[in-house]
Amino acid sequence: MPTEAGPQLSWNLLRDAEAVLEYHFMINALLAGSAVAVLAGLIGWVMILRREAFAGHTLSMMAFPGASAAALAGVPAAWGYLSFCTAGALAIGRLGDGAHGSWREEAAGVGVVQALALGLGFLFVSLYGGVLGDLEGLLFGNLLGVSDGEVLTLAVVAVVVLGALAAIARPLLLSSVDPETARARGLPVRGLSAGFLVLLGLAVAATSQVTGPLLVFALLVMPAAGAQALTSRPAASIVATVAIGLASVWVGLGLSYFSVYPPGFYIAAVSFGFYLLARVAAAIGRRPRLAHGTPALAEAA
Amino acid sequence: MLGQEYMRNALLAGSFIALACGVCGWFVVLRGQVFAGDALGHVAFPGALAAAAAGVDERVGLFAATVAAGGAIAALGRGAVVGRGGRAAGVEPADDTTIGVLFTVILALGVLFLTRFSLGSGGAAGVEAARTLFGSIFGLGAGEALLAAILGAVVLLAVAAIGRPLLFASVAPEVAGARGVPTRLLGLAFLALLGVVAAEASQAVGALLLLGLLTGPAAAAHRLRPGAGGSVVLAGGLALAAMWGGLVLAYAIPSLPPSTAVIAISTVIYLATRLSR
Repeated sequence: MPTEAGPQLSWNLLRDAEAVLEYHFMINALLAGSAVAVLAGLIGWVMILRREAFAGHTLSMMAFPGASAAALAGVPAAWGYLSFCTAGALAIGRLGDGAHGSWREEAAGVGVVQALALGLGFLFVSLYGGVLGDLEGLLFGNLLGVSDGEVLTLAVVAVVVLGALAAIARPLLLSSVDPETARARGLPVRGLSAGFLVLLGLAVAATSQVTGPLLVFALLVMPAAGAQALTSRPAASIVATVAIGLASVWVGLGLSYFSVYPPGFYIAAVSFGFYLLARVAAAIGRRPRLAHGTPALAEAA
Repeated sequence: MLGQEYMRNALLAGSFIALACGVCGWFVVLRGQVFAGDALGHVAFPGALAAAAAGVDERVGLFAATVAAGGAIAALGRGAVVGRGGRAAGVEPADDTTIGVLFTVILALGVLFLTRFSLGSGGAAGVEAARTLFGSIFGLGAGEALLAAILGAVVLLAVAAIGRPLLFASVAPEVAGARGVPTRLLGLAFLALLGVVAAEASQAVGALLLLGLLTGPAAAAHRLRPGAGGSVVLAGGLALAAMWGGLVLAYAIPSLPPSTAVIAISTVIYLATRLSR
């Protein structure tokens, strides 16, 4: 086919990889994608354990009011992302521990926060009156246009957030799997919960301007859900989470290089493929899953 | 204000959608399925795009996608209400993880269809066709408003028909199951109904309004009145109040979008019930 328009995938995978790595923007995309995969994977692992996927989704939606408020106020978009994600995390944490303490109320509180955020975003957009970039760019970001500075910023944020997560990891894990025991031992369960939500918000804010909020959510949920279905041992499932996340980003970026579809689509699709594989493997192996492994986790913490 | 035709249409469609959302939302909050309701609202656009890609009427795709997604969530998830931390020792993953995975897949499909259209020749027409489906509440025609009202009334009747066993199955799933109440089937039927509400609401008044009307008034009603019967009616009434108040407010302040006004009032109602206790 001499009339091909773009690069074609051949069977020589080594040459394909060389072709991908020839371009600086692809290397930046790989670096940024890897940083996001590790950061979102590890934060997502705790998020899935705590069953806070709805809160994570709501925080990734904060990008919409954040970006539109920043455009309206004429400040850098990063400020908008950061302030709305942090405010959203604090609001979810505040509404979550109601007097009833029932988790259904918590879900309703998260829903109210999200609805209000989207309503505000809609208001800002209509006050701004302009167009806020294309829909696709807003949803799935532009991983192929990441600058050197953004890669560095992402790496710094990843190190800081993961460092903070590591610092509170043990009490956080205990209060996640067994809040009663944690409370009895005098751990600040509510403070830990709010602290984790703020970390989740920071991670989402830092990554969603590069990768788009939807891709962040995909990398938060899929690798962790797949890994926790696969094995019940915490250490093994954390390693599996990072491995699945990195593999999804690399394979997805590689495929998108040879295709017309955006990388966000491929990364989401590949990570879903890994999730399905993990569920199938778990169903075949019938090994005990993480939910059964909670005593081991509690001991570890 | 009532002399304006767009305002009459908005009030007609908005009232029935608000009632349906308030009453369904009461069960959504009771069953802890807020995330599911949120996901259904996001299915509408990819569904309409998929229908356009297949050459089917977008409206069919919209309803088919949301009802199918409701069924998928009911079938894949555990369906029953499971407390956080407490009864965590299940074999299946938690509902919200399943919904999160499904959510991502749906949105990825949406991007796939969107890219397909923007690449194909004449594909922009498909995107436009899907996009025009998602109106603003102030832009409804008389026929659309009537259709929204009829669908809202049908949903209300359906919820009334399955209300009692659904309540039983939501509050005490084990007991209900032991007494022969088909809890799984009821869960499926409820999420399918919620799919109809999501499709109609996102098409007529925008997906934005759906979540606000589903959660705020219902959560406030649960707080104000712990019982069943009166609480459901209260949820519907609060949703109606938020809708009417929002429409009037948006009419009075032209720069304020109606969706934002409705959501703001429903949020204020919920926060007021939280502060009062």
